[in-house]
Amino acid sequence: MSVATEKRTGEHWSDRYAGLLAVGFTTLVIFALVVWPGIWRSAGSSVQKPGVGLPADAATLAGERGLTSDDIYAALKTYMPTGQLDPYIMIASGGQSGQMLVIGIPSMRILRLIAVFTPEPWQGYGFGGEGDKVLKAGFVNDKQPLTWGDTHHPGLSETKGEYDGQFVFINDKANARIAVIDLRDFETKQIIKTPNAINDHGGTFVTPNTEYVVEGPQYAAPIGYGYAPLDQYKDKYRGLITFWAFDRVQGRIDPARSFQIELPPYWQDLCDAGKGVSEGWAFCNSFNTELATGGIELGNPPFEAGTTKNDTDFLHIFNWKKAEEVFKAGKVEKIGGIAVIRLQTAIDEGILYFTPEPKSPHGADVTPGGEYVVVGGKLDPHVTIYSYQKIQDALKAGGFDKDAYGVPIIPLDKTMEAQVELGLGPLHTVYDDKGYAYTSLFLDSAVARWALGGPYASKHPEPGWTLVQKLPVHYNIGHIAAAEGDTASPDGQYVVALNKWSIDRFANVGPLLPQNFQLVDIAKTGDQMKLLYDMPIGMAEPHYAQIIKADKLKAFEVYPEVGWDPGKMAVDPKAVTAPENARVERKGNTVEVWMTVVRSHFTPERVEINKGDHVIWHLTNLERTRDATHGFALSGYNINLSLEPGENQTIEFDATQSGVFTYYCTEFCSALHLEMVGYFLVKP
Amino acid sequence: MKTGWTLDRDVQVVLPDGSTHSLTDYLVPSALLMLAALLLISSIFLPYWSLTLKAPQYPKGLKVSVYVNHLDGDVREVDALNHYLGMPPLDEGGRLERSMSMVAIVALGLLLVAGVFVHNQWAAILALPVVAFPLIFLADLGLILYRYGHSIDPKSALGGAIQPFTPPLFGEGKIGQFGSVARPELGLGLAFAAVIVVLMGLWYHRAAYKPLVDARKRVRNLAAVQQVA
Repeated sequence: MSVATEKRTGEHWSDRYAGLLAVGFTTLVIFALVVWPGIWRSAGSSVQKPGVGLPADAATLAGERGLTSDDIYAALKTYMPTGQLDPYIMIASGGQSGQMLVIGIPSMRILRLIAVFTPEPWQGYGFGGEGDKVLKAGFVNDKQPLTWGDTHHPGLSETKGEYDGQFVFINDKANARIAVIDLRDFETKQIIKTPNAINDHGGTFVTPNTEYVVEGPQYAAPIGYGYAPLDQYKDKYRGLITFWAFDRVQGRIDPARSFQIELPPYWQDLCDAGKGVSEGWAFCNSFNTELATGGIELGNPPFEAGTTKNDTDFLHIFNWKKAEEVFKAGKVEKIGGIAVIRLQTAIDEGILYFTPEPKSPHGADVTPGGEYVVVGGKLDPHVTIYSYQKIQDALKAGGFDKDAYGVPIIPLDKTMEAQVELGLGPLHTVYDDKGYAYTSLFLDSAVARWALGGPYASKHPEPGWTLVQKLPVHYNIGHIAAAEGDTASPDGQYVVALNKWSIDRFANVGPLLPQNFQLVDIAKTGDQMKLLYDMPIGMAEPHYAQIIKADKLKAFEVYPEVGWDPGKMAVDPKAVTAPENARVERKGNTVEVWMTVVRSHFTPERVEINKGDHVIWHLTNLERTRDATHGFALSGYNINLSLEPGENQTIEFDATQSGVFTYYCTEFCSALHLEMVGYFLVKP
Repeated sequence: MKTGWTLDRDVQVVLPDGSTHSLTDYLVPSALLMLAALLLISSIFLPYWSLTLKAPQYPKGLKVSVYVNHLDGDVREVDALNHYLGMPPLDEGGRLERSMSMVAIVALGLLLVAGVFVHNQWAAILALPVVAFPLIFLADLGLILYRYGHSIDPKSALGGAIQPFTPPLFGEGKIGQFGSVARPELGLGLAFAAVIVVLMGLWYHRAAYKPLVDARKRVRNLAAVQQVA
């Protein structure tokens, strides 16, 4: 028998098994098709195409409602279908509400309130939790409790002159305070009482990289928070501009690295930081170079007349880089716990200069590239445009007159680039991407669009320094905000007129009327500005607002980890992260509670203590789901917290009342929300 | 000679009985078995099965992905919701399996590699556990789901109102306002792909080594015959 029964030399394996291979790969393909999960997803059905087909009854509807084609255009520009998000976010001050408002643009929907200087129960701010500590740090002389503020000018943090969406600052004019809001959770993290100042107005403005948050003063007062009679106004009263150093990593203002500059008592008003070519400089206007001290009841001219006598006031020009050097060199005096550069030092070191500005000016708004500063006339129909280059040329030439305090005054003809007549009551100016400026005209109740000159002249068809269009707004416009309109690269698209009066724009709800925010379309050049939308603000009286691109904001959806302390922006090592660890411990007269909070129960549900015990109560929301916020209200003890998913809060109080109390969830969290309750028993 | 591509055509494998085979005949089964081992090991890093829950207040849905050694996704939220129904935490099902899975899968992979070095029918026995593995996974998952739906705590908020049930292994279900979709995921796909590759590998393995075994047998028989003679 032959061993070699088969000889297959030269025959290739693939030929023998081709059929099998085909079967194998077909099986794989079928397997992939059948099992592959992506294939299973059902296709969308009956989706309407955008931009196609006006409903048949559109014309009828418009006729019935009396809508013009402009109205229909405005409706289409602003209507936001459910689920669509606004491309811009406006952060507005709340005036004497002491809060801030977050508003979507162009829908003009209020997205949320930010409690800043005023306790606000929905956010659990100032009712037992972290907010109490923040508010307390802003008390005057650490003693006088303050439960409101007069928020004026939000200042978004900037990097290279552009909003970076990390923080926003705001001042309290009433008490000269400043607050830091972290835009990761839109909560107030720090309130600082400005030493030596009784009030402020020209804040907050940030330097191009948020090195400093600038807080300008307003009404002069004796330096050092002291006392001096008004007949010593000229000698004893002073203005003070504060340069708060901001520590981005800590997310806090660092008073040790901050300084103030003493100023003549001229009632400095609004300020702006130079950027681009003028980086390192800052500008503030002023309106009481008359040194008026009022006294209408004594037969003196009232302030309204006394402060408006002179034909010009002074635009203050600060070299803050120089001031920083002087501060670092120690040429300062410690007053009220902060380094103060005295007026004489500021003059000697070339930190402070004046240039005249038309009487009772308002606003000092630096153009996107930093080439010009625009000052509104208020009682003068012009805006005056100062050239940074001219200021620098004049400074090199030198040889100036001085004011009563020895501050050099650069003559107006050496600093002014142009004046543009806009109309009555020009106040504030913002910018767009087409080389236009937009100035609010208070008395004319209008928004003026005018063409910038210089390097901006080529961006628009009109000649530079000319008025282009005046759009009536309703009524008495104060500030004006534009999309990224005070940054190094404004976006255009929208302007919002922040009107002080609404008169007949809304249904009558009594003698206290809402303010009126009016959205204006500025997308087209020339005289094509159009009014789009009226938004009543019925809970605040905003001053300034800033509009940031929504995608620059990177807020948390939920706190990053369970047990998150929003004060430290880190996990609280004391937080309990599982119900098994929830407990009540007593040490002498101190009772410490570790409580977990999750739908729909607190653990523990009974807390029994004795009257007079000191209670430390930690609460941790264990939720990881967006919007699964719980409240914690302790009846009878003025305590209410908002515990957002992952958040940890600690409250501390003395059990001064005996009896039976309940704690319950104040945020409607689930179908069994009413059952989310516990008993707090305080034995007599 | 037929057309076709083969490695090192000038190299021949000569069997003990003098017959010759192409080198490729022996490389292919080895490569396939090793590929199967690779597919299986890779599957560790991918989900095997997932459950997606949809409800009005969860526009993105809730998804729990089951890996051989852990659970991932919205486990916490699903547990938070399930506690109302008195269902045990997801993590409690299949704890033992998850703790053993890494060692088991690596062992299965090693068995396949061992199969490369076993040149007779026993290679098929070594590969058999791999073939059974995805089926065992699914059977076990079915059992876990059954137990899960039959362990409702009557003391929970809604426990009294829920009849014991078995969540579907694949396909759609409905619990309260939640619609659920259970589906296999890529990891399980890789495990099944490994099975197919193993079966192909065994086929070629047999095609390559059966002649060798037969040749040896023939040589042995011949030697015995010659000795007797």
